[in-house]
Amino acid sequence: MRRLRACLPVLALCASFAAWAVDPSPPMADPSLQERYLTLTHELRCVQCQNETIADSPVEIAAQLRREVRESLLAGKSDDEIREAMVSRYSEFILFKPRWSARTALLWLAPGLMLLAGLIIGWRVLSRRQQLLASDPSTVDEETPV
Amino acid sequence: MSKINRFVLPLAGFALLVVLLAVGLKQAPEKGIIISPLVGKPAPGFELPDLLQPGNKVASSQYQGQWYLVNVWGSWCVACRVEHEALLQIKAQSRVPIIGIDWNDADDAGLEWLSKLGNPYTRVASDSEGRTAIAYGVTAAPESFLINPDGVIVKKQTGVMTPESWQRDFLPLVAGAAR
Repeated sequence: MRRLRACLPVLALCASFAAWAVDPSPPMADPSLQERYLTLTHELRCVQCQNETIADSPVEIAAQLRREVRESLLAGKSDDEIREAMVSRYSEFILFKPRWSARTALLWLAPGLMLLAGLIIGWRVLSRRQQLLASDPSTVDEETPV
Repeated sequence: MSKINRFVLPLAGFALLVVLLAVGLKQAPEKGIIISPLVGKPAPGFELPDLLQPGNKVASSQYQGQWYLVNVWGSWCVACRVEHEALLQIKAQSRVPIIGIDWNDADDAGLEWLSKLGNPYTRVASDSEGRTAIAYGVTAAPESFLINPDGVIVKKQTGVMTPESWQRDFLPLVAGAAR
């Protein structure tokens, strides 16, 4: 019991997720804007630490890009306008989730195409097996080693 | 027939995948370098405090109608120190004015840098809040942008500008237009 009590502060620390956040700026006054702010900052890549979002990166340029998002939201820009403004300067690379376009079509379609190819191959293998079984007079039991 | 297919088809598929990945690797930009979508587009306008003449402004509009080179640097930037000599050489050629953008820097640190290492810049703008650098899609210093008389970015150097890259990639553009 005493040991458990000793763990409590650590557990409390773990539970306070807000404490893990890198973004020190206070939440935006309008909750709906704050929600869009969080969504957008988690979608945009930090151009310096390229495997982090700007919401997760502690570097200065990430803070400046967050400021850019915040100011654009306050200026009444839509989410798409903000994304477009970022892409026009930093290219498509700044979006963690690529947009649908002629260039990214193959990227988005690849999983579906691969699934389809797998289904076709599977269906052909199974149907050939059926044909082989149909033409073979011996039963499965006979083949099973005793 | 089907026996050959059983080997040839997966092998062909594998070969196709290898070719695809090899082409992808070959064409991939240098790791970590973001290809700027701004080349060929109008340069973002700016109006920033003049680092060398306090109270004055450095504005892109002052350079409308001429070739100029925008160089983003900072006294905190190690690669900029490497680049500095090349910028001094470019200045000595006096083909284009170089506008320095002192990025995310303290003004006195920037001034100290210039007095110690020499000043290759015609004007230096203080972008202490990083707004102009973001407008230019800067990811890391140094970066240089060659801007033509129409105000269009015609060439960008990501990373250190060398005398070679200036002679090879930039100067011919300016010289070609002058003829």
